[in-house]
Amino acid sequence: MSWQAQLVLVLTAFVTMLFVLRLVRRRELRAKYSLLWLVTGAAFFVLALIPGLLDWVADRLGVGYAPAILFGIAIVFLLLVLVHLSWELTRLEDRTRALAEDLALMRSDADRDDV
Amino acid sequence: MHKTLVVIPAYDEADSLPSVLKELREQVPASDVLVVSDGSTDATASIARSAGARVVELPINLGVGGALRVAFRDAVRDGRYERLVQIDADGQHEPLVTGQLLDRIDAGADLVIGSRFAAGGAVTYDVSAFRRCGMRILGWLVRALTGQQFTDTTSGFRAFSRPMVDFFARSYPSEYMGDTVEALVNACNAGFRVEEVAVNMRGRDAGAPSTRGFRLFYYYVRLVVVLIASAGRRPRTTR
Repeated sequence: MSWQAQLVLVLTAFVTMLFVLRLVRRRELRAKYSLLWLVTGAAFFVLALIPGLLDWVADRLGVGYAPAILFGIAIVFLLLVLVHLSWELTRLEDRTRALAEDLALMRSDADRDDV
Repeated sequence: MHKTLVVIPAYDEADSLPSVLKELREQVPASDVLVVSDGSTDATASIARSAGARVVELPINLGVGGALRVAFRDAVRDGRYERLVQIDADGQHEPLVTGQLLDRIDAGADLVIGSRFAAGGAVTYDVSAFRRCGMRILGWLVRALTGQQFTDTTSGFRAFSRPMVDFFARSYPSEYMGDTVEALVNACNAGFRVEEVAVNMRGRDAGAPSTRGFRLFYYYVRLVVVLIASAGRRPRTTR
């Protein structure tokens, strides 16, 4: 890899990490997601800093094409994140429904009291 | 006479609530009691009501932090309360000690924490070695972040002055463990006077600790990472 390409990668990873850190500090990411993205950002940064790391892992695992490992891990990771988000979304929809029910019943009570 | 609001966050605590309410009536008779039922599925709310407490029922479970936010906003909205006390519904905290916490508030403190581990405090039940270790690490971290030493950063037995209640009504952290440790750090960093008072804590009357094992470990790690990542941040107030 040319040093220019690596510089771009390192800078991108660094900016990503700073961005995540900023979100965490400003509480724009809840704690439960912040750990996930802080670790991901750090891993990205380390890989960009030491490109030989991926080749070494590929060599140890007997994988001929090193980037395949990166893609493989990334796809599995993203799928898991999506499943988690679907789970959170289901939970949120359930909670919103419960809130709507409560509000509707309270409104009905208030109407009855008005009469 | 300073008017006091005693807040009891309660999630399915119908078994232990009656004795806590009875003790409070005997030991802190001049105060108003507010039970925040945090999406309970048992008789928590009706039992609290029949024992003469005021009850706020959350339609969904928000956690202790969420329940306290409601209590802070209620106190601010009401406007009459000079002091607020948070006490557990499971009978771990002795209402008898509430007076000691409130005395520190009257002496000028803004946030007073009832500590199991301060000199003179006692624990008459088993705290797991793991939990103890986690608490010690949190103690170090909080000292590094605030310059103040606390022995029991996760205690849920606390008293708040009126300015502290106003501050927390706008900014109380709602996530698990954030509600205790992060709130403490935020209060220190915002210049509030935070103190500790040694208290005795009993085993819980009924029910089991909310979290343990791997999950508890994860929560500790998460909290430590977030606290470190946020070091030096000025607390932001939100609705």
